[in-house]
Amino acid sequence: MTTGSIHNKDKFLNNVANRLGRKRRKEGVELPKWSKLPQYEVFDGLSQDELLAQFVLQCDSIHTNVVVTSFEELGKIFPEVIEDLGGKSIVHWKDPRFQEYGLLEALNKEKEEGCSIYEWNPDLGQRNIDKAEQANIGITFSDVTLAESGTVVLHSDNGKGRSVSLLPEKYLAIIPKSTLVPRMTQATDKIHDIAKENGRMPSCINFISGPSNSADIELRLVVGVHGPVKATYIVVDDR
Amino acid sequence: MGIKIGNDKFFERVDKGINDKFMRKAVVEAQSRLEGRKTQTTEEMGNWEDWRDLSEEIRQHTLENLDYYLDQFVENVAKQGGHVFFAEDAAEANDYITSIVKKKEAKNIIKSKSMVTEEIGMNEALEELGCNVVESDLGEWILQLDDHDPPSHIVVPALHKNKEQIRDTFQEKRKYDKSSDPNELAQFARKELRKDFLSAEVGITGCNFAVAESGTVSLVTNEGNARMATTLPKTQITVMGMERIVPTWKELDILVSMLCRSAVGQKLTSYITGLTASKEEGDIDGPEEFHVVIVDNGRSKILGTKFQSALQCIRCAACINVCPVYRHVGGHSYGSIYPGPIGAVLTPLLEGYDDHKELPYASTLCAACTEACPVKIPLHELLVEHRKVIVEQSGKSSFGEKLAMKGYAFAASNPGVYKVGSSSAPSFISSVAKGKDGHGKGPGPVKMWTDIRDLPEPTGETFRKWYANREKERDQS
Repeated sequence: MTTGSIHNKDKFLNNVANRLGRKRRKEGVELPKWSKLPQYEVFDGLSQDELLAQFVLQCDSIHTNVVVTSFEELGKIFPEVIEDLGGKSIVHWKDPRFQEYGLLEALNKEKEEGCSIYEWNPDLGQRNIDKAEQANIGITFSDVTLAESGTVVLHSDNGKGRSVSLLPEKYLAIIPKSTLVPRMTQATDKIHDIAKENGRMPSCINFISGPSNSADIELRLVVGVHGPVKATYIVVDDR
Repeated sequence: MGIKIGNDKFFERVDKGINDKFMRKAVVEAQSRLEGRKTQTTEEMGNWEDWRDLSEEIRQHTLENLDYYLDQFVENVAKQGGHVFFAEDAAEANDYITSIVKKKEAKNIIKSKSMVTEEIGMNEALEELGCNVVESDLGEWILQLDDHDPPSHIVVPALHKNKEQIRDTFQEKRKYDKSSDPNELAQFARKELRKDFLSAEVGITGCNFAVAESGTVSLVTNEGNARMATTLPKTQITVMGMERIVPTWKELDILVSMLCRSAVGQKLTSYITGLTASKEEGDIDGPEEFHVVIVDNGRSKILGTKFQSALQCIRCAACINVCPVYRHVGGHSYGSIYPGPIGAVLTPLLEGYDDHKELPYASTLCAACTEACPVKIPLHELLVEHRKVIVEQSGKSSFGEKLAMKGYAFAASNPGVYKVGSSSAPSFISSVAKGKDGHGKGPGPVKMWTDIRDLPEPTGETFRKWYANREKERDQS
């Protein structure tokens, strides 16, 4: 990757240091030991089942349907959820988990029954975005799932387009139960580790909590503005 | 637009606000709803004060080492192929932004909500180039369609408008033919703006927090418009105030959590997006080119002064939602894109006292703002500091006011003089109550009061005398 450009840095930062009444700090700054760390107290010590209960509870207040199922039952539940969301056309990530969870097979069946199915394909350029824009349902897996806020965390990648969870009318997230953590803290701790090890950062990390919404008109909640108007989660017991 | 909105004088703006019945009702409802939701989500945490302490420590540490963290941030952006421009003022920022847009030969620009782009008047600069600049936040879009009506709240910009007014605007400007139901209005906006998202060549966003350790820009929204603006256009320009930075993702967690709870009473908003430079090789969506413009525009002057803590602000508007003065006069009265207590503190710092010297007085100093602030900015104390500066140093106050302050300081430290002084007050108040024209309109500081009601004619009795008499009567009974 080519390195980008930086303009006016020294003049600007020297001024900042001057205003702070000292010389520029280019190294040696360490984070202090914070006096309190309340974020780790949230749902501390809860089992995976207890976290799931909290997650389901929270989803209720963010207008999101949750279906909890076993690995074995997923194949049966999946078409029901698709039907409930209105079927028609689906766009989904190119992600090995679709195969692992038997969802490619389930999607093939949908196709046989007349549903249009499109798997994100990095070789086909703009066509992906057009397909996502026209699709009724976008499906992704969750990479990390937050119990406190009812959030799925998605890390972008070649096969994991940003548009899939954004442009279709409805959004469906498949959540392996093992991805459940108490709150945002555990997700950002992991991302911090990637950054610290100078690993490759995903260019886009999305924390999604339910459908898009707005309260800009008289503070009345409207569900569905620019993103999906409806969101559904399927939690799969993968243990 | 710039920081300053409109050319009306302070008292003219306040008069308009006080007489706007719909707006006042809307503000009262909005305040109680937003404040209620915030209280609910913060109380259920059980240890809100610990969260506030931690947030304050994070913000203070970051500001004290701002040059270091900005340096780290921009090096990480550049390492991943992004471009950075440091802008000292609005003109420099706009020059850079317009130069990118020219280079891309872009005509259609989609924006997500950003206070700093309002502050630097970026839209006007792009419109001068002949660009079509579209605001995509629902509230901002409504204001833009309504001939650029200024925002009155930093989180809910169209708070002062009712749904019928919004319907009328849509009808007039976009041939809308449905009802004033917020759902129908929003569905219409969705359809209209979808076309703009798909055709825009450049997406421009603000930045809630930039993460130094990874060169990431984070955006917090409920509508998903910031995601649209950073997924579809080929070029992304992010404009950020220079203080909007956190050291690592761990601190991002804390401040995003505080922002969502304090602003709208949600645990997290629907979308929190972390963007690290342009898309990766092989990615389909996301920008090919990524620019960050870091804006000073008066902020560095605040560093190292007693006002430094004002830069801790995370733009949640919690102070606005509890302010009794905002409740009565509304957002436009402040004459600034930053209203409420934080606006009264920040606006004179960024733009000087000349146009904004009344703002530090637009407060009862009740300290509700300070208590509400998730990053513990001592807002009411900063307002007092402003008053001190205005009175003692800047020479912006009238000679009489200075004399009065000095006289008060002398008298208050000398009880004998104070007694004499306050017994002479009734004759002064009497002249104020009658006003120059004898019709009960007082001058200067009491005008606001006497506009609404007449001052009572003083009886010639001071509180001390009244109290002494009352005690006497009590003894007699």
